[in-house]
Amino acid sequence: MNTWLLAATLASSLFAGLLIFCLPERSVRLRTTINLAAALLKLACVAGMLWGTEQGQQYELRLPFLPGNDFLLRADTLGLLFMTLSAVLWLFTTIYAIGYLEGSPHRSRFFGFFSLCVTATVGIAMAGNLATFFLFYELLTLATYPLVVHRGTPKALAGGARYLAYTLGGGALLLAGIVGLQSLVGTVEFRFGGVAALRDAGDPIVLAALFALLVAGMGVKAALFPLHGWLPHAMVAPAPVSALLHAVAVVKAGAFGIVRLVYEVFGIETAQSLGVLTPLAVLAAFTILLGSFRALAQDDLKRRLAYSTVSQVSYIVLGVALFGPMGTIGGLVHLVHQGIMKITLFFCAGNYAETLGIHRVSELAGVGRRMPWTTAAFTVAALGMIGLPPMAGFVSKWYLGLGALEADMGWVLAVLLLSSLLNAAYFLPILHSAWFDPLPDGQPGTTTTAPVRNEASPALLGPTLAAATLVLAFGLLAGTAWSPLGWVERIASEAYSP
Amino acid sequence: MTEVFLLPLAVLLPLLMACCVHVSADRFARPLQWVGALGMATLVLALVAHDAPMRTVLGGWEAPLGIELVADRLAKTLLVFTLLVYAAVLLYAEGYFAQSPIEARRFRPLAWLLWAACNAAFLSDDLFNLYVTLELAGLTAVGLAALSGHPKALAAALRYLLAALLAANLFLLGLALLYGSTGVLSLRMLAAAVEPGTASLLAFVLLVTALALKTALLPLHTWLPPAHGGAVTPVSALLSALVIKVSFVILLKLWLHFAPVLDLVVLGQGLAVMGALAVVWGSLLALRQQRLKMLVAYSTVAQVGYLFLPFAWLRPGTPAAAVAFDASVLQILGHGFAKAAMFLAAGVLLRAAGRDGLEGLQGAASRQPLAVFALALAGISLIGLPPSLGFSAKWSMLQAALLAGQWPWVLLLLTGSLLTAAYVFRAIRYAFLPAPDVSELRPVPALMSYSALLLAVLAAFGGLGTATLAAWLEIEIAGWPEALP
Repeated sequence: MNTWLLAATLASSLFAGLLIFCLPERSVRLRTTINLAAALLKLACVAGMLWGTEQGQQYELRLPFLPGNDFLLRADTLGLLFMTLSAVLWLFTTIYAIGYLEGSPHRSRFFGFFSLCVTATVGIAMAGNLATFFLFYELLTLATYPLVVHRGTPKALAGGARYLAYTLGGGALLLAGIVGLQSLVGTVEFRFGGVAALRDAGDPIVLAALFALLVAGMGVKAALFPLHGWLPHAMVAPAPVSALLHAVAVVKAGAFGIVRLVYEVFGIETAQSLGVLTPLAVLAAFTILLGSFRALAQDDLKRRLAYSTVSQVSYIVLGVALFGPMGTIGGLVHLVHQGIMKITLFFCAGNYAETLGIHRVSELAGVGRRMPWTTAAFTVAALGMIGLPPMAGFVSKWYLGLGALEADMGWVLAVLLLSSLLNAAYFLPILHSAWFDPLPDGQPGTTTTAPVRNEASPALLGPTLAAATLVLAFGLLAGTAWSPLGWVERIASEAYSP
Repeated sequence: MTEVFLLPLAVLLPLLMACCVHVSADRFARPLQWVGALGMATLVLALVAHDAPMRTVLGGWEAPLGIELVADRLAKTLLVFTLLVYAAVLLYAEGYFAQSPIEARRFRPLAWLLWAACNAAFLSDDLFNLYVTLELAGLTAVGLAALSGHPKALAAALRYLLAALLAANLFLLGLALLYGSTGVLSLRMLAAAVEPGTASLLAFVLLVTALALKTALLPLHTWLPPAHGGAVTPVSALLSALVIKVSFVILLKLWLHFAPVLDLVVLGQGLAVMGALAVVWGSLLALRQQRLKMLVAYSTVAQVGYLFLPFAWLRPGTPAAAVAFDASVLQILGHGFAKAAMFLAAGVLLRAAGRDGLEGLQGAASRQPLAVFALALAGISLIGLPPSLGFSAKWSMLQAALLAGQWPWVLLLLTGSLLTAAYVFRAIRYAFLPAPDVSELRPVPALMSYSALLLAVLAAFGGLGTATLAAWLEIEIAGWPEALP
């Protein structure tokens, strides 16, 4: 058992964070070096574990924590999926954030908590039992709060207060669910097929209630209706934080928790026999449509993206709630695909805001001619969100559709179709306006003169383009074994084999 | 053999130190304190290293006549706890009193005297001795609370003194009733000799009331906030971390001995209900405070409530009892470290800002990041988020409640956590606001922030050792009541 790689994956960002806290504000170069070195180290560790898992190695780290509940870290196939996503996107976001925050105050504090945030996310991915999961789940809440209120404006503080109220409330529900569940069946460790003792642990109504409690606890972070109210307000955070929050850290932690809950705590078969999957699917479907409708009405670009996140994250939950391997594949692969697409979109939004001061959809007219690369990246990701081939988003929706048919839930297909139309309705006008509308008068580069290029700085553009490339690559190369789809198919086969 | 001098030394050394720092000149007092603290550390380490339970009788007089000192694992844990709190507070006090040597001169001997009283209480095993330590701790604490000599502090200290005297009289009454009917004072002998019945129960209720008053359980809490919030900061830390724990530990000891012989189910539920009310009411009051130290002081009222919840589940022979016992110890440690850290951090922030209002915290996140960090870490433990000691305490309480089949407590524990979060983040929120004016800032020795951080880290990450601690304490409660602790 190789425990070192696990520990190093967690420690790389943890110690980087602690070190950065101690650095004075002005030592920019040292801070940047630590940030990048830690991000690369984490990526290398995760790559090492991916390779090792391929060779049949097992990774587990067990330390005493609570009586009966160890501090348990594991790198199983499901955890590795989320870990890889976190490690890759952390690297992107770190580079981006270094460029984005150049010259702004309190950078040591920012990068310190940023690293803690990633530590918590990776910890959530690795957690091997409910107690460890809860530990990192709450750490994530706390590490993100200073990032949300980073600017210290009254708006930021109000957004932060709302964020805390929702997430700490969710944490309390989760804790109640965990303790309740463990009082019935003892310590719960994550294992495909779920806890065996649960199948005959008595009253199905109690079990269903506990399931609802746990889903509610995770649903706050996953922004499931009606617990999504914090997300648009958390948009006051700086762009790299929004990107990380929406792509990997907070919302994904919730979605990932629901995945663990369904497949590895209750087990998909037990969950199906309890009859809790259909209500979950209905809730997810409703959230998908609600998020899309609300996104239509937003003029603030980041808020439109936020509601789009509300909608898109529920695709993951929907896939999980569909009984059958195809739905599982669709949901899990969207965990990765949504992350990579949404981070591209938020990077682009940050580029627009930072370079041209554009915050609103209505101000985007003609921006494609001034910032062609950023707009190209935005286009790729937006088309992916709509679900057009050959982008990554198409693969997710294709499998979700197959999953719906497999589970005999035809209405889900209608939801998917309607949601795609809505996605198109709130993304295509942006694309059209950005590429084809004339620039407003008075700005350099109106139709009469040649457009003035004003592209974002390389530190901002690099990660944006890299993420956009991945959106394309994950769609085009979906058939290969090392694509997210290939890995997810492997997880699905584990989840459904007895 | 070693216990013959090790155990009395745990009381005598701080007593001796109190005399020495009192008579020594200022410039010797400081090194002397470090020698003393080092001696205490060595002593406590030696006690903990001695794995077997230790027992000694002073002067060779066996109970029921003589004085017995007993160091079981609970007592050893508490000795270590006291040592850690003292290490941080003494360090902090050096910086805090640097400008006011008169206060320092008053603080040192009283602080050491209090240490002696705490250790004596944790090691004593007979009712009269416990009474004496309770008095000693109470009177020293009153002296400490009045240390600054401000009229407000004096008024609070007087109120505290009256509460302490009332408690002492109640305790003495209960003690006299029990002694009158049994003729013994040692807890073990008392538990064996006491006759179940209304008279014994009444005596026990008197003892419990006295201790609840000294621990400031709602509705007997009104003396606490002005005394704790109005004292100078190092004293606030000692009062909230240790002094109220002394009376609580005595109560816990009594409970463990008497629960098997007397019918305490109703009393236990009653104490827990009062605790629950304290959690809610104390938190609501904390939410309304405009001054940081008063907020922290009212938070103690709420946290004391948590201390009393486990009595609902501490019933002999039930599976929940062991978990409830762990919960009590964890809450003692968690609240002790966290509250001391919180007061120390608050002291740094207030001194830097030069005023006591919450708005004085504005901009502290960038000017006093260490102190804000300590405040936040301590807050995490009070809220009960993992991996803090406070979390482990709440986790154990949740478990005990469900083991006992009393699920409504789950609602209370979760509500309490959310209320705590509300008042903790209300304070921390101010720290993130932009600073009003930089020129107002006064310098604060970094040492003070570090000692606050030391305790805060213990509180916030101590929960990682929960399994180890529970295993270490297991023999104290396993098989209770057959094997009496």
